[in-house]
Amino acid sequence: MAGIEIRSLRKHFGDLHAVDGVDLSIRDGEFLVLLGSSGSGKTTLLRMIAGLERPTSGEIHIGDQRVDGDVPPRARGIAMVFQSYALYPHRTVFQNIAFPLEASRTPRKQIEEKVRWAAELFSITRYLDRYPRQLSGGERQRVALCRALVRDPKVFLLDEPLANLDAKLRNTARDDLKRFQRQIQTTTVYVTHDQVEAMGLGDRIVVMEHGKVRQIGTPQEVYEDPVDTFVATFVGQPPMNLLDAGDPSLPPRTLTGFRPEHFLPKSVFGAGEDLRTFRFAVRRVEYLGSDRYVYGSIAGSGAPDATIIAKLPATITLGIPEGETHEFAVPRRALRYFDTETGLRRKG
Amino acid sequence: MTVPFRRTLADREDVLGGAMLAPALAYVILLVGVPFAFAIVLGFSNATAGSLSFGWAGLANYQTILGDPIFLRALRNSVIVTVGSQVLVVILATAAAQVFRTAFLGRRVARFVLLLPWAVPVSLAAIAWTWIFDSTFSVINWTLKAAGLLHGWLYWLGDPALALLAIIIVQAWRIFPFATVIVLAGLSSIPQEIVEAAIVDGAGFWRRLFRVELPLLLPVVAVAVLFGVVYTATDLGVVYILTGGGPANTTHVLPTLAFQRGILGADLGQGAAIAVFLLPFLIVVAIGMLRLAHRTEVGGAGGAL
Repeated sequence: MAGIEIRSLRKHFGDLHAVDGVDLSIRDGEFLVLLGSSGSGKTTLLRMIAGLERPTSGEIHIGDQRVDGDVPPRARGIAMVFQSYALYPHRTVFQNIAFPLEASRTPRKQIEEKVRWAAELFSITRYLDRYPRQLSGGERQRVALCRALVRDPKVFLLDEPLANLDAKLRNTARDDLKRFQRQIQTTTVYVTHDQVEAMGLGDRIVVMEHGKVRQIGTPQEVYEDPVDTFVATFVGQPPMNLLDAGDPSLPPRTLTGFRPEHFLPKSVFGAGEDLRTFRFAVRRVEYLGSDRYVYGSIAGSGAPDATIIAKLPATITLGIPEGETHEFAVPRRALRYFDTETGLRRKG
Repeated sequence: MTVPFRRTLADREDVLGGAMLAPALAYVILLVGVPFAFAIVLGFSNATAGSLSFGWAGLANYQTILGDPIFLRALRNSVIVTVGSQVLVVILATAAAQVFRTAFLGRRVARFVLLLPWAVPVSLAAIAWTWIFDSTFSVINWTLKAAGLLHGWLYWLGDPALALLAIIIVQAWRIFPFATVIVLAGLSSIPQEIVEAAIVDGAGFWRRLFRVELPLLLPVVAVAVLFGVVYTATDLGVVYILTGGGPANTTHVLPTLAFQRGILGADLGQGAAIAVFLLPFLIVVAIGMLRLAHRTEVGGAGGAL
């Protein structure tokens, strides 16, 4: 068991600053998600923790051991699950899971016990004699987790382990993963570009962009209190609406932000609620079963062409005719303000 | 413009396939198949060069050669040279592929130079090697002597054992570039993530090499060795130029002996018998290797490797 300390970590590939000064403190037993689009540096950061990539500068500590220098991956007490699972195709499932144990010269009897124990945990015992190619994606993913588990690592590193699963399987796999991590209580760093995965899995989320950390916080903090417009629009589906409301009560150059699910017809709010109302010109209504997405623009705002989205739950049955202007409103407590130039959050 | 309504040749895949294969097929049949069948027939005849008489001799040729110590020696040499050179090639090619995989300055030049032995005509190369192994001017000897490692003198091509070693070295040298390129291609087809998984799993260089990379390379190496075996077992030029089968017929391999008996000695029947003697063995080796390659590819439904 160990936490991870990362101090001003950098990795440059020529002119490209893949990781550009990251400070991060991961608590013992925490499930931390690195969230970012491709090229944000999240995978490079993970690979540096694993020891597959050497930092240009900065420090990495796992537990009380500094590992950024010449400490090879095998001495770091880590286990990693790759996006492709990277199972050894010429070895059976049993031999795959046994591989890290063989590498650490574990006695054969103990290997046998450990492999069976891990296979039991992920209910893949009946596949032990098969080869990876004879397994489905979900089964391979569990084999990869087993192989990581048997090493008794101090830290789990997971690189988009659910990305290759189909959507349906992904939900169950996510649930399994979370339950499993709670059970074994091992520090876990999880890389993904999927914000739903990040929200669902992480104790905390690290939002990354261009090699820099934009925000660290619980899923709730990141979603409700984004520190800047990048995080506000990156997290959440559909993204947070941002608009120059041209409100005279606000300082100049202020963007007003609100989540689509807070932007509802005025009539659905209670009388006592403190509301900010908008005249919403509806262009199109998208029916999605559990929700309706309403696309349109705000008349009289600074950017009348900007698309604003409202997300109406199925419980609101009010008819919204397309091509008409409606009275919509947002509770004032759900409004967030950002600086137009810097994109940074403004208090108030 | 009207589109012709009739089917053209290009629409008829059944005929088209045959038509396009025909030239290659004709070439193989005429230049490989016919002489090959002819050689097998000759092996059972008493035909001689310079005479048109042709009589069946049954297994007489095979009886003769099997009772001939020179033939048995040549057979033994063929096996030693083929196996020896291929073992050398597999080791060297795997090692060289590891080197050529890493990025270093001048890698492109190095790769080009590596391929040279493959491109050089056998005769030319063998002549260069006769100089390297020359009884008076041998660079190897002079180098060893200058380094203080050699006290006597090595008569490379004059001593049967050394001569055989020399032949093995030259044969390995010829096949090695080709094998390296094949192994290199095989290495680059191993997914990077699998190698990294092995690193993270705690496997050091040797464990990675023997437990992950080599098993995954096995199909590719098997193909390289198969080529090497066929090339070496059927090669005439290297031995012919280096030793000519000497000293005293001790370094003959089957092709050189077949040439000596059949062409120079004019006993076509016996030459043919010698030449095709290894054929059944080579076929068995080839089938075995191809099956091995295939089995590894599909993961050996039942067999562990």
